Amino acid sequence: MDLSILWYLVPAVVMFCAGVYGFVTRKNMIALLISLELILNAADLNFVVFNRFLFPGSMEGMVFTLFAIAIAAAETAVAIAIIINIYRAVGNTDINSVKQMKY
Amino acid sequence: MDYSQFGAMLPELIILGIFLVVFLFDTFSGERAKKALTPLTVILFGLGTVAIWLIPSCDMEVFGGMYVDSPACKAIKAILNIGVFIVFLQSAKWAESDEVAIRKGEFYELILVTLFGMYLMVSARHFLLFVIGLESASLPLAALVAFNKKHYESHEAAVKYILTAVFSSAVLLMGLSFVYAFSGGSLYFYDISRNIVSGEGSGLLAIALAFVIAGIGFKLSLVPFHLWTADVYQGAPTAITSYLSVISKGSAAFAFFVIFAQAFGTVYSDMWEWMMYAVIIATITVGNLFAIRQKNMKRFMAFSSISQAGYIMLGIFAGGIGLASMMYYILVYIVSNLAVFAVISAVENKTGKVGMDDYDGLHKTNPWLSFAMTLAMFSLAGIPPFAGFFSKILIFTSVTSTGSMALYMLVLIALINTIISLYYYLLVVKAIWIKPGEAKVEAFRSAAGERAALWICVAGIVFFGIVPYLYEYCVKAVEGGL
Repeated sequence: MDLSILWYLVPAVVMFCAGVYGFVTRKNMIALLISLELILNAADLNFVVFNRFLFPGSMEGMVFTLFAIAIAAAETAVAIAIIINIYRAVGNTDINSVKQMKY
Repeated sequence: MDYSQFGAMLPELIILGIFLVVFLFDTFSGERAKKALTPLTVILFGLGTVAIWLIPSCDMEVFGGMYVDSPACKAIKAILNIGVFIVFLQSAKWAESDEVAIRKGEFYELILVTLFGMYLMVSARHFLLFVIGLESASLPLAALVAFNKKHYESHEAAVKYILTAVFSSAVLLMGLSFVYAFSGGSLYFYDISRNIVSGEGSGLLAIALAFVIAGIGFKLSLVPFHLWTADVYQGAPTAITSYLSVISKGSAAFAFFVIFAQAFGTVYSDMWEWMMYAVIIATITVGNLFAIRQKNMKRFMAFSSISQAGYIMLGIFAGGIGLASMMYYILVYIVSNLAVFAVISAVENKTGKVGMDDYDGLHKTNPWLSFAMTLAMFSLAGIPPFAGFFSKILIFTSVTSTGSMALYMLVLIALINTIISLYYYLLVVKAIWIKPGEAKVEAFRSAAGERAALWICVAGIVFFGIVPYLYEYCVKAVEGGL
């Protein structure tokens, strides 16, 4: 069976929407981070798919994805470190416990 | 490989060199030699700043056109460098305080790394390099925001900053992936501007543009994406707040301009111009209205900086002359805002007070600080003899010179907002000079670095407007090539 580009793009959009939904609704910071990873991976998937289907002669999308994965890993590392700090300060990772500064 | 290409990256190499020296000195020096770290960094960075001002731009593209060293890029780098130098001066006292002294090396190193990332962002002509620069500018900043380990607010600010920063860059990447679909297989700004015509009128490209604007708008704290700003500015250490509010904003504004001028270009301008139009109006107005009700000085400055970001972005409508006045605005904004932050950090270091009420009657005990703060507020509000007035008038005239009716309306709204901003900036001046009652801050002598930073800032506020050289410098740089 020949898979058209749509078979790849629709999951990417679903991942993106799920990530945004999760980022808005989840209350645990680790869950927020997972949602962010979903969005980043949706973007990576898009790059690879566009490269493979639209511009098979070049590698630019693939290379971009490699860098994006590395950057996403760095972002996660920094975010985890900060969440550990929060855990030490307040004893949990619930976002409702970090709302001292408002408005 | 042709290593001579690296010669074009001289400003980056200078920053990298300073970083390496500071890093090695911090790692290998003994207990007593560590005392020299702050002066060493400040002196090295001062020399680096002078060097970047003096060396001419070689105006060439390297690495296949990914990186460009044009006169305009060099000028904005020199301007940012001045800001970082002032930040280093005014934070020297804080860096030597008991809580931070043991980690002061990390503070300087992380700042230098973020500056390096901003340089890449400014010079990037390819989206890959741009994203790398953007991330290396924003990730170390999250670590810096969390720098006050013993203060809960610092952690809260850091978690808010990192989550929104990652979210915004994820959205930006998603937008770029859509742009890539139209780009003809290349992410060079130039290629995108040629190939994007094929997507004219398509909904996908509109979404892509909106995502890109949202992603970079987060860094600039434009209005629908500004919600992290106040919390992060309040929670972060004051040195980092001042850095965030001027340097990171200035570089993002310049990079934003380059992307819109070169990648999305005139071909597609009818769409992004309307998006930016709405965003700028919202930014200026909401920033102003929320600033009125703030009681904490750092939070107050956060909202003030949101509305100033709106003024900075006005230049985006006016092409080359807009960029020149945008750069001049950034320069003036750097000295005015850093003067305010120098006073805030001086008062905070001595007494730990950051409330606006704590400034009541400050002139009785600390007349010089009050004087500097007043000049800075006048400049931010745009009162005539000071630099802020000239930067505002130049950016307004550059926008009206396009002659479009819609832009006249935009300038009118911005003008009305200037009047609103006058009210809340003068609230601080009123607290300092007019409010009756005893001063809440006792008389003190601020540290040498803070005084030096204040002198530079005050000189800038007074002379930058009167001396026409700097604006001409910006215009010449922009005419020299983007």
